[in-house]
Amino acid sequence: MRYLPHTDAERAAMLATIGVADIGALFAAVPERARLKAPIDLPPHAPEYLVEARMRALAGKNRTGADGPFFIGAGAYRHHVPATVDHLIQRSEWLTAYTPYQPEVSQGTLQMLFEFQTQVAHLTGMEVANASMYDGSTATAEAVLMAKRLTRRNRIVLSSGLHPHYRDVVRTYVGDGPDLVVIPHSAAGTLPLTIDDRTAAIVVQTPDFYGSLRNIEELAEIAHDAGALLIVVVTEIVSLGLLEAPGALGADIVVAEGQSIGNALSFGGPYVGLMATRASFVRQMPGRLCGETVDAEGRRGFVLTLSTREQHIRREKATSNICTNSGLCALAFSIHMSLLGEAGLRKLARLNHARACALADALEKVPGLELITHSFFNEMAVKLNRPGAPVVDALAAKGILAGVPVSRVDPEHPDVADLLVLAATELTTDDDIAALTAGLTEALK
Amino acid sequence: MSMNTQGRPTGIGGSAPAAADKGSSLLPDEPLLFEIGDIGHSGVDLPDVEIGDSRLAGFQRKTPLELPGLTEPEAMRHYVRLSRRNYSIDSGMYPLGSCTMKHNPRLNEKMARLPGFSDIHPLQPVSTVQGALELMQLLSHWLLTLTNMEAVALMPKAGAHGEMCGMMAIRAAQQARGQGHRSVVLVPESAHGTNPATAAFLGYSVKAIPARADGTVDVEAVKAALSPEVAGIMLTNPNTCGLFEREIIEIAEAVHEAGAYFYCDGANFNAIMGVVRPGDLGIDAMHINLHKTFSTPHGGGGPGAGPVVLSKALAPFAPVPFVRLGAAGIELVEHIEGEHLGRITAFNGQMGMYVRALTYMLSHGGDGLAQAAKDAVLNANYVRARLGHVFSLPFGDQPCMHEALFDDHFLEGTGVSTLDFAKALIDEGFHPMTMYFPLVVHGAMLVEPTESEPKQTLDAFCDAMLVLAADARAGNAERFTAAPMRAPVRRLDETRAARSPRLKWERAE
Repeated sequence: MRYLPHTDAERAAMLATIGVADIGALFAAVPERARLKAPIDLPPHAPEYLVEARMRALAGKNRTGADGPFFIGAGAYRHHVPATVDHLIQRSEWLTAYTPYQPEVSQGTLQMLFEFQTQVAHLTGMEVANASMYDGSTATAEAVLMAKRLTRRNRIVLSSGLHPHYRDVVRTYVGDGPDLVVIPHSAAGTLPLTIDDRTAAIVVQTPDFYGSLRNIEELAEIAHDAGALLIVVVTEIVSLGLLEAPGALGADIVVAEGQSIGNALSFGGPYVGLMATRASFVRQMPGRLCGETVDAEGRRGFVLTLSTREQHIRREKATSNICTNSGLCALAFSIHMSLLGEAGLRKLARLNHARACALADALEKVPGLELITHSFFNEMAVKLNRPGAPVVDALAAKGILAGVPVSRVDPEHPDVADLLVLAATELTTDDDIAALTAGLTEALK
Repeated sequence: MSMNTQGRPTGIGGSAPAAADKGSSLLPDEPLLFEIGDIGHSGVDLPDVEIGDSRLAGFQRKTPLELPGLTEPEAMRHYVRLSRRNYSIDSGMYPLGSCTMKHNPRLNEKMARLPGFSDIHPLQPVSTVQGALELMQLLSHWLLTLTNMEAVALMPKAGAHGEMCGMMAIRAAQQARGQGHRSVVLVPESAHGTNPATAAFLGYSVKAIPARADGTVDVEAVKAALSPEVAGIMLTNPNTCGLFEREIIEIAEAVHEAGAYFYCDGANFNAIMGVVRPGDLGIDAMHINLHKTFSTPHGGGGPGAGPVVLSKALAPFAPVPFVRLGAAGIELVEHIEGEHLGRITAFNGQMGMYVRALTYMLSHGGDGLAQAAKDAVLNANYVRARLGHVFSLPFGDQPCMHEALFDDHFLEGTGVSTLDFAKALIDEGFHPMTMYFPLVVHGAMLVEPTESEPKQTLDAFCDAMLVLAADARAGNAERFTAAPMRAPVRRLDETRAARSPRLKWERAE
């Protein structure tokens, strides 16, 4: 077996040093009835070329984003990732390093995390960011818990337009009940009525699930007037190259899905959650934090810090559920962001918006649908003259991936069954848009 | 270009060569991105398009981004130079107990990057991702066969997330049985810190179970702690002392008899895969760290993956989404009615890690996985045998599983702490072992070599440990308290970092 270094002779020599006759003797503590009597019923080891053939066969059954017109977003976006990013993250010293608990032999990872935290803080307009979370959805749930700790209040208001999966994850983390107020899409205007002096936080996504840009400043005022916090969720991080930073608009905690920068779609993971907040809240923020310090000779160095907040240290006093984070995805994010720089990110964001405008213009001409998102970054919702799911299936059969039927992610609200959410990115061509509108025109007849 | 402007040498440590503050010529200090990058630089070529503002509702950015850019050659050099300041499994052994730092095969990486896996969206129509669903089903089959369990929730993003998922399944099952009032979770003192953290996170109060003198949990102590208030027990097996819990079946029986469930922390599954099946022990839920046992890379701290296998009793409460065989092929079940525990992440979990782990499993095969477990146990016992006469064994001279636990009695009176000793190991070319864990052993040193290390490396490691121990006892405390001396930086001041946190780059005044 190519991954196992020992020969039988070496095993025998080692057993002799240990002083036992065979490896079985080392398992003596395992009770007799717990031991597997026959070899496990799984195929035997295989040469690399056979494993590769098997995996290629599985991969070949999937339709990739490059195979045709592609308009799916809804929390994960198909962007180009420079070749440099993937090359660098595969370097052994990044890929196969452990968590930087021993800072003297982990300065590469730690400095990178320090740079990452700075990038995220600047992007979001907040004072401090952590070293990453699992993904945007779990970061949102952790932000909700953080707001409850900070305010010592229990009521959470999820605004309409929060990604339904994010809503469901928050529900799982904090529990369903009267203290979790979910504003449905059909009742968007009622949010201010639900805010009271028991409210810990308002959670708002922008651009929201339907692509709409939300007025953060107004919600921040509503929240702060009631002594609550405003949590801003961003699922398309490229948008912050064009849109105002939530921190500049009064957000108290900003959480985001960072996948769009540096990370492939990968069917949903691994992704990278971003979390940023006010400096005064840092001791209630979950997740790892990297800080600057000096070594014994006074030279600048970096360490994981404030770890007494973290769950593996706090044990039963812990307040969050994150230990391992998304280090390598954070690295990919940071490299891609460095390659873009301010100038590149602004260009990329404008390009995304321009492609989305082209998509919107084309969709508005399709009979049988109505564009319901009027201000957007790169994503929009349309109302069809029939349920969305069969339309998406019909177009998929023609090789066009025409967005996400809202009923798929939000079946608990039947009033959205005829909505479709579509995204455009820098990879969306005019030909793609033409194929989509032709397909939709046909399907909606 | 401004070099490191903050934290420059203050004249301490006069013995260092003059050039030391710049690092050596082959391992130079690397300035921060914010000190070398430029707002005008970019390493990507993109068309500069004009846009109108009619669709932006006045929300355009007015505050500057202050994100410096690097051209491609600058970026390459920055990140390659930084990388060289890291230790990694490809450059040397990590004797890190409870972390399972094994070899990360590159076939796994190659397969994860096939466009058929990397360039597919979690919300594509299921008819277009049948290969992905088949992969998830195949991975599930391997995990369930290795554990003899009923169901698996693949999507937990890491071990702690898996613990949360498993304990939520237990809570949901208790509630469904009208037993939602059960509020106590038993956790042995030797448990990973994440275990009591997870129980407390879910609102349970934690009751500690003391360890026996031999390092294992006493079934009688468990029985004494069980009551109608107990929802479950969280136990690691093999435990964090590197020992198999001899009475685990009796413990499971007692737990079930009391109407509680048995959560097993599977962080140490590497010791027993293909040899012992957790389902045969009476376990109800166990997470499996794909980034430990199944060789997906640690990546400097994630991404991980922590699928949870569930017993028949807990299977109905598994979170969504999951895959199952339906009439039209493999289905992805994203919504179900009933008392399941809900959704724990937005999409389908760590697909990139599923691909890597399954590639590893197919490479090893059932026979290879069992042999890997046996070799991992062999390697740990070899280290124990070679070091046990000098490094004190807290639980006597008994075989260990995949990790060997030592305590710091051998350092008594030397003026060298366990931390100093571990830092000196860096100067010998090794990553430090796990220190001060488990908490039940004084000055614990937990060594897990994994099956990846050849005998020569184990010998070199043991030789280095013995030389260091002899040095400590000979009174050479200074090489320990000053260690590391041959790393890119000297001992870092962690107290200072925590006292006045600097968590991002600030422009010099």
